Amino acid sequence: MRIIVDRDRCTGLGICESLASEYFEVDDDGELILLREDASEEDLEALRAAIDGCPTEALRLES
Amino acid sequence: MTERRLLVVGASLAGLRAVEAARKSGFGGPITLIGAEPHLPYDRPPLSKEFLDGAELSSFRSEEVLRDELGTELVLGTAATALDTAARTVRAGDREYGYDALVIATGATARTLPGTGGLDGVHTLRSRDDAIAVRRALDAGARTVVVGAGFIGSEVASAARKRGLEVTIVEVLPTPLVRAVGETMGRACAALHLRNGTDLRCGVGVAALEGDGRVERVRLTDGTVLPADLVVAGIGAVPATSWLVGAGLRLDDGIVCDETLFTGVPGVYAAGDVARWHNPAFGRHMRLEHWTSAAEQGAVAARNAIDPANAKPYSTVPYFWSDWYDSRIQFVGVPATEEVRVVGGDPGGDRFVALYRQGDRLAGALTLNGQAQIMKYRGLIMRSASWAEGLEFAERRRAALETA
Repeated sequence: MRIIVDRDRCTGLGICESLASEYFEVDDDGELILLREDASEEDLEALRAAIDGCPTEALRLES
Repeated sequence: MTERRLLVVGASLAGLRAVEAARKSGFGGPITLIGAEPHLPYDRPPLSKEFLDGAELSSFRSEEVLRDELGTELVLGTAATALDTAARTVRAGDREYGYDALVIATGATARTLPGTGGLDGVHTLRSRDDAIAVRRALDAGARTVVVGAGFIGSEVASAARKRGLEVTIVEVLPTPLVRAVGETMGRACAALHLRNGTDLRCGVGVAALEGDGRVERVRLTDGTVLPADLVVAGIGAVPATSWLVGAGLRLDDGIVCDETLFTGVPGVYAAGDVARWHNPAFGRHMRLEHWTSAAEQGAVAARNAIDPANAKPYSTVPYFWSDWYDSRIQFVGVPATEEVRVVGGDPGGDRFVALYRQGDRLAGALTLNGQAQIMKYRGLIMRSASWAEGLEFAERRRAALETA
């Protein structure tokens, strides 16, 4: 599974970072950095929470 | 099991997430979603933010998705008016809707200025229809008076200033946002208005709105008269529980729930702005009017309502954001008052980080344009970090920035 960030939607609110910090980090300019894009099985629950938690619906998982 | 019926009252974010979570968890029974507004569920934060700057409005999901993919009966434009917990029915319009599991997500209603009914050009900003009316007035170049220097009012003022319009904010308290971020930081946030040309007047109230059919002037308690074509009241919201009076739920600034969002009445759960639940992360009841908790509570309440034997608690570190001018304010945790310490940047400038202490615990963090930092503090608070750990982390950040 791969994580996809829709850059047109993301505004760097950062909820994803607080739920899955090995994958997401917001930089000083408010840009989201994808630290790794391959989702490992054991992190799926946290990643799904991050996807559901995104107020701009900017994240998804793709197989 | 598949014969059980889920009823969701309130068709905004929490209600939508309740429906989606029920289906995701495999619930196969009938679902009915009742909403007071005629619109499909839509997102509220943009209404006072990018929508006022010209962005398009959209709905979360299309009618087809809701009806066909999520198998949900939509009852929109119909406010619920009564709950009968013995018969397990909710009255809406001229019908009764039965349930086995009920999620109440009726949100909150914007407070209105007393004695201002009947004048055109006076609005609150909570619904899509409110936002359309406010944007239309801004498009027409309205001289704008905002009553209340909270987040919604401040966002409206920002939108007016971005268009170059004259705007005054009238705040009855001496300092804005005290309840949300504390006194010192309330003052620091308010400074943004002054730097952006908004006339902020604190410690003065509204005596009267005057005009012939539509608002023309705002008279303040100190005698000042402000010319106005648009008045937006951002003076808070009250949980929408009036339809539940006498229904047997415990109402006290919202529907009182336990940590699983259970109301204590069989089958009945609550979510979103209307729910005051026990948040295990802070060991006390809270009622939040935040996007994140509404979304998450909607999902948790539905899952618990359809499978009460396996009900799970909802624990969260509150989070909200607000966009003013070109700045972003973000807050995590609770605004404890024992100590507030600025650990980065300058509260008089464009960037700062402030931490809130409760006992020996890190309780909250506020940033202005601190997107890179805020969620790291949320992580710390989620792990019940001590105050000392919070300060150490801030010190490491500062050292790293200096050597960078």
